[in-house]
Amino acid sequence: MTQPVMPKTWYVPSKPHKFCPGCGHPLILKALGEAVDELGIQNQTIYGCDIGCSLLSWNFFAMDSTQTHHGRTTPVMVGMKRARPELICVGYMGDGGGYSIGSQHLVNSAIRNEKVTLILANNTNYAMTGGQLAPTTLPGQKTETTPFGRDPALTGNPTMGPEMISSITGDGAYVARGTVAKYRQLKGFIKKALQNQMEGNGFSFVEALSTCPTNWRTNAKQTWSWLEDEMGSFYPVGELKSPFRKED
Amino acid sequence: MGLVRVALAGEGGQGVQSVAEIMAEAAYDEGLQAIYIPNFGLEQRGGVSIAFLQVSDRRIGAPKFNKADVVVALSQRAMIRTHTYSGPDTIFVYDSSFEVGEGDLPSQYKMALDMPAVEKSRELNTRVFNVIIMGAILELTNMIPVQAARSALERKLGYKFEKNPELREMNFKAIEIGQALVQNKLKGGEKVCASSM
Amino acid sequence: MEKPVTGTRKVFMTGNETVAWAALAAEADIMFGYPITPQNEIMHYWTRLGAKYDRGFLQTEDEISAGFTVCGAIIAGKKAFTATAGPGNTLMQEPFSMAEAMRLPIVAIIQQRGGPSSGTVIYSQQEVTLTTYGGNGEGHRIVYSTASHQELYDYTIKAFNTAWKYRFPTFVLGDGYQAKMREPLEMYDPEARNLEIIKPSPMVGLPGQIGIDREPQHLCNIYSLEEELYDVVLKVQAEYDGIIPELVEYECRECDDAEILVVSHGVVSRSTDDAVMALRSQGIKVGAFRPITLRPFPSQKLREILRSGVKKMLVVESAYGQLVRLLKQEIYGETVPIETLLMPGVGIIDADIISKVKSLIQ
Repeated sequence: MTQPVMPKTWYVPSKPHKFCPGCGHPLILKALGEAVDELGIQNQTIYGCDIGCSLLSWNFFAMDSTQTHHGRTTPVMVGMKRARPELICVGYMGDGGGYSIGSQHLVNSAIRNEKVTLILANNTNYAMTGGQLAPTTLPGQKTETTPFGRDPALTGNPTMGPEMISSITGDGAYVARGTVAKYRQLKGFIKKALQNQMEGNGFSFVEALSTCPTNWRTNAKQTWSWLEDEMGSFYPVGELKSPFRKED
Repeated sequence: MGLVRVALAGEGGQGVQSVAEIMAEAAYDEGLQAIYIPNFGLEQRGGVSIAFLQVSDRRIGAPKFNKADVVVALSQRAMIRTHTYSGPDTIFVYDSSFEVGEGDLPSQYKMALDMPAVEKSRELNTRVFNVIIMGAILELTNMIPVQAARSALERKLGYKFEKNPELREMNFKAIEIGQALVQNKLKGGEKVCASSM
Repeated sequence: MEKPVTGTRKVFMTGNETVAWAALAAEADIMFGYPITPQNEIMHYWTRLGAKYDRGFLQTEDEISAGFTVCGAIIAGKKAFTATAGPGNTLMQEPFSMAEAMRLPIVAIIQQRGGPSSGTVIYSQQEVTLTTYGGNGEGHRIVYSTASHQELYDYTIKAFNTAWKYRFPTFVLGDGYQAKMREPLEMYDPEARNLEIIKPSPMVGLPGQIGIDREPQHLCNIYSLEEELYDVVLKVQAEYDGIIPELVEYECRECDDAEILVVSHGVVSRSTDDAVMALRSQGIKVGAFRPITLRPFPSQKLREILRSGVKKMLVVESAYGQLVRLLKQEIYGETVPIETLLMPGVGIIDADIISKVKSLIQ
């Protein structure tokens, strides 16, 4: 049987990886790995991961990597980039780390147009801690802390991350939302977000809609349907801000 | 000399901090030990501003003190605010123009000294009010030679003096006026030379 | 590029300005900070001097970010530092904890202000507990408590060297008085005094091709198993214990035949020194002990002094017992009675100490 081809920048000794079957993280990380391969930047890219399931990727890549704290990947990568601008600094986080506990860092580094690349996995819940409400939990969605479904009257509406970021960041920034349901498009977005940092244009941010069958308590079919239908209709996919010409 | 402790208080903008700093720098230039610490509160400009200055020929311990040798209050409410720094050995200086009612003077002082500094500054130039006060403090304490204060002034404001030499004369004159105010009041013998350590 | 400080220079300046110059002399590369009184002027001077000597600065969105950007810059191999006070120190305990866990040589200047909470913007010694043992860790930190501008200069330079040599978070614990007051000091070029400045080194972005010349760096900070963490913490503890003798610093004054020993740290120790001199001149057998390193604490020396005939110990601090607690745990078992003069958030002068000592011998 032929094995699937892994990106060159995946770190083989840490495989098989630690994500649940059906989890969307490995797809996002595959897209990142392939994008790094194609750009040939493995040796100068530094990968930082947040707390939450994104943490499970801490030794995922054959790239220099660091763990941080929940929500604090953004300032760690900003500090790194400011200290050594020749490095390509990539921060990876979940919706909680980016939009909740670390939202002030995300917002302010976007406003300062920091030359870092941040990738955020949106799976509509806090997965590592057992499936609690996330800023991105959909209205009506049941979580451990909204057992009767999220009521926007009590907990507000889901955070529209890329929409917010694109409206506050500066010229040269790249902002997009992709989905693991459209792998090639997602990889294209991530590649551009890396290129954008390499060219020193500005802040680069990609949200990736992702899956969490464990906490969603869904089977394969339901998982995919939730991702494509429920999330897909709530969160529009595409580029929201790009310094690149359309045909690029 | 021993240790001389001065608390200088006024309204923000009266130049309290800048003359304290000039005296501290002058003392430092004279090879003395000096500590100047501004009272920094929440207000940037408003409110009463206090400068704490200590000059000594020996190493100075605590950066602040409880009781000063000389307290100078440059506004009515600065008088109240500085009561706490006046003890039985303190000379408490304030302006003759203040209406001093009951409770305005501290409960403890060696001597309460009112001087017409505001009036004198109107005759010369109100901008050098604080320098007149500096002259008075120098006369009261003898902590540094007047020449040292002049040099420190020169260094701090030299760029302004270059453009307008009259300003230099005005500042130096202000020091003399301040000294004369004290001389007229004291007629010798009651100067604070140093407190015992 | 021209050195910021050449030879030796006598100067008269504020403590905050002193720190900025010392950080330059220590070859610090970049500062991250967030405004809070009374440390602001460290940033003010650093941004002006930094532009001249090609050093970096970023004003972050808060103190959490300031601490973590410092961590990022250090991981990348640059000498980074920050400065804070009070509530900012509270927020920075999170990044300080990460630095403790990941052995990041973070340097932070703490200019203590009054507490709890926003307290005052002025002065205190109420950040001793937080700075020595803050965060969810074991206090694997080094804390220098300074007493003068000369020491602010000396120990800021030393803090960078200590941090990068031993890879423990290192703090210079000053206070609002030291931050804001002007007093004389001597600035010097460390090289002119044969003081070696330890060079930084990166943890990521290393030379060589990954997979060919070297393995990738995977910097870990969270462990799957209790036993893994246990081993790591014990290893760090052993390392920390091992370097204590090299690190501890203290000052003794008139300790040899002292019957009353006054213990104080930081700026308060200046008043203690004056008080001891005054009391000695009156024939009272009093001595002073001042820990310069609050972490690690010079407990062995203090025990020796206590066993040499001290009848009473007086602990003096501008806090309500933070030094007392630290000291008690360090000299557990000694039987010398402990008296205290505790004045949270206000300055203490020699007269305060003199009258307290006299009340003890009556």
